Amino acid sequence: MLAACGSDGGGVPTLTWYTNPDSGGQAEIAARCTEAAGGRYRITTSVLPRQAGEQREQLIRRLAANDDSIDIMSLDPPFIPEFAQAGFLAPVPEDVAQRVTEDVVESAIEGSTWDDELVAVPWWANTQLLWYRKSVAEAAGLDMTQPVTWDQLITAAQDQGKLLGVQGARAESLTVWFNALIESAGGSIIAENSTDPDGIVLGLTSDAGIRATEVMRDVSRSGQAGAALSTATEDTTATGFEGPDAGFQVNYPFVWGRALAAVEAGTMEQSVPDDFGWALYPQVDEGTESAPPYGGINLGIGAFSQHVDLAYEATECITTTENQAYYMTTNGNPASDVAVYDDPEVQKVFPMADTILQSLDQAAPRPQTPYYSEVSGGLQREYHPTSSVDPDSTPQRATDFITAVLKKEQLL
Amino acid sequence: MSTTTLPPTEKSAPVSAPKGTTSDRARSERKLGWLLAGPALLVMLLVTAYPILQAVYDSLFDYRLTDPENRAFNGLSNYLVILTDSTWWISIGVTVFITVVTVAVELVLGFALAFVMAKALSSIRPVLRAAILIPYAVITVVSAFAWKFAFAIDTGFVNKWFGWLPGISGDTDWFGGQWSALFVVCVAEIWKTTPFISLLLLAGLAQVPEVLQEAAKVDGATWWQRLRKVTLPNMKAAIMVAVLFRTLDAFRVFDSIFVMTAGANRTESVSFLAYRQTISRLEIGLGSAVSVLLFLVVVGIAALFIKGFKVDLAQARGEG
Repeated sequence: MLAACGSDGGGVPTLTWYTNPDSGGQAEIAARCTEAAGGRYRITTSVLPRQAGEQREQLIRRLAANDDSIDIMSLDPPFIPEFAQAGFLAPVPEDVAQRVTEDVVESAIEGSTWDDELVAVPWWANTQLLWYRKSVAEAAGLDMTQPVTWDQLITAAQDQGKLLGVQGARAESLTVWFNALIESAGGSIIAENSTDPDGIVLGLTSDAGIRATEVMRDVSRSGQAGAALSTATEDTTATGFEGPDAGFQVNYPFVWGRALAAVEAGTMEQSVPDDFGWALYPQVDEGTESAPPYGGINLGIGAFSQHVDLAYEATECITTTENQAYYMTTNGNPASDVAVYDDPEVQKVFPMADTILQSLDQAAPRPQTPYYSEVSGGLQREYHPTSSVDPDSTPQRATDFITAVLKKEQLL
Repeated sequence: MSTTTLPPTEKSAPVSAPKGTTSDRARSERKLGWLLAGPALLVMLLVTAYPILQAVYDSLFDYRLTDPENRAFNGLSNYLVILTDSTWWISIGVTVFITVVTVAVELVLGFALAFVMAKALSSIRPVLRAAILIPYAVITVVSAFAWKFAFAIDTGFVNKWFGWLPGISGDTDWFGGQWSALFVVCVAEIWKTTPFISLLLLAGLAQVPEVLQEAAKVDGATWWQRLRKVTLPNMKAAIMVAVLFRTLDAFRVFDSIFVMTAGANRTESVSFLAYRQTISRLEIGLGSAVSVLLFLVVVGIAALFIKGFKVDLAQARGEG
């Protein structure tokens, strides 16, 4: 152990992997890959801030200063185009690109791509499911074997006097929700993409954009979205879903692991997770397949790293099926590798593994643009609080505002 | 604390030296002064003047950190964008509101605490002072989280404790509205920085000559009259310094807002606006312009206090 702290690596190149906070899984995988490398490289991890936006801020400022100590980065997909466009990501070698995209869910590949090129290595892929209490759905007479719509959920929650949990805080989670709504309605936040901020055309005022705004308003004003809707994050809705008023929520699979851990710790009755049901993300229009949120983490290699080749070699070790299965079962983060979902161990821990895989298949990424923080930040400003959005005026106002921000004519 | 030092009424010029020339001694003292203060001055220039000048320079450019190749000089247009944007004026309003409310409340509370500390029995005085100082020793981010958790719906106890008050119930979402969110921000700020102001006031209180108090007492002045006619006028300098420092501090409020609302519901302060443009948007030019404007406002406040209210910083330190 002492040797690890000293500088006596004996000339072994050390790769620094900047990870998002998790339950220690990435650090463990780093140790495993160090061992597997047999002395060719060593991976140390360095933990980034909790919020995705703050992770981006820290990495991008250091990369702007040509920091060569950044070898591997765990990146939130919406920020990847910005990193790639700025030249902060080392190009993915042809052969690596081919290997790391084999049998990988489509949304994770899309999330690692910018300008038709793979710029990052798919690592794990997240998606939101519709979580429901079996007892509540049954009492409301909902057939959960069939896809349900937001309107049906609102009615069911109102009839039963139960919560319909969504993320209404002015944070990235609001963009996630809105993006899922507009994509489910057949539109996109960015209708016409461009690397030039003046050339970006927004799709907020399209029929799909207006429909998404309607659903957002209806859910928020249903009276069932919780008292703290305007500050509700994923944790808030997860807490509500564990309480006595629980009905429905859209959220990531971490809620399952969270409930099981609470049962183990003795703070929750086993009957609570037993009542959890899961289904695909709700539809906006009946009969039109929903487009659930896509999230997760992909691995980018720093452009100024002194060991780009070794770093890419390391990413292939990190993302093996075995390591992804380990990560999913211990840290609760779904794999991007399709083969992981056939693993009996994964199936045992995540009875909803097939639903997650299908959701990832249908999932739509958030707008891919180097100006993501302007688009997302502008959207959050105009669509928050969600209970006061107006389908007749909000889309236009948001379009004007975001366009002005992109043209640097307004503050954000 | 029973000894008193009356402020010298007038500075007496050295008479030994003829007018217009400086004696050898004065010259060597001045040299020593520069030698002693020089390194500190150099460090100050390096860590404050340089970044300020850099910000002023950057603010004249259209400059995005991730796109340095397209950096272009655009004169004062960043300033024009900011000053014509309602977001800026809302932030100014929010910041002024927080500053005025917190400084006013802190001044009154700080005064009360300073009195308590001054009059407390000498045996418990050290304990009392330490106790009063504790909030000031807490890191702002930590205090902001503590207050956030206290007022939040899911983790908070405030709604439960104060549910009997009209307008507060178990479902009161404090951070869901502008005024209620600002209220919590102000409470957190007041809790945290009142000790600072009370310490400065305590120092001022100690400067009030006891003989004057006794003379007033002999003349039959009531407690209120003594406070207004003797105590307050004699600690005017200390009060003004305390208010000045706190105003400058309060005007840069950032941590509490960042932690509690992240600027939602129109609770953005000017510092927060600078953060968002520079750090989140990476628009170095626009963000620097916001910072420069914030700097100018702060300089303006300081000038107003020093010229307008004739605050003499040297006198407050007992150098007068």
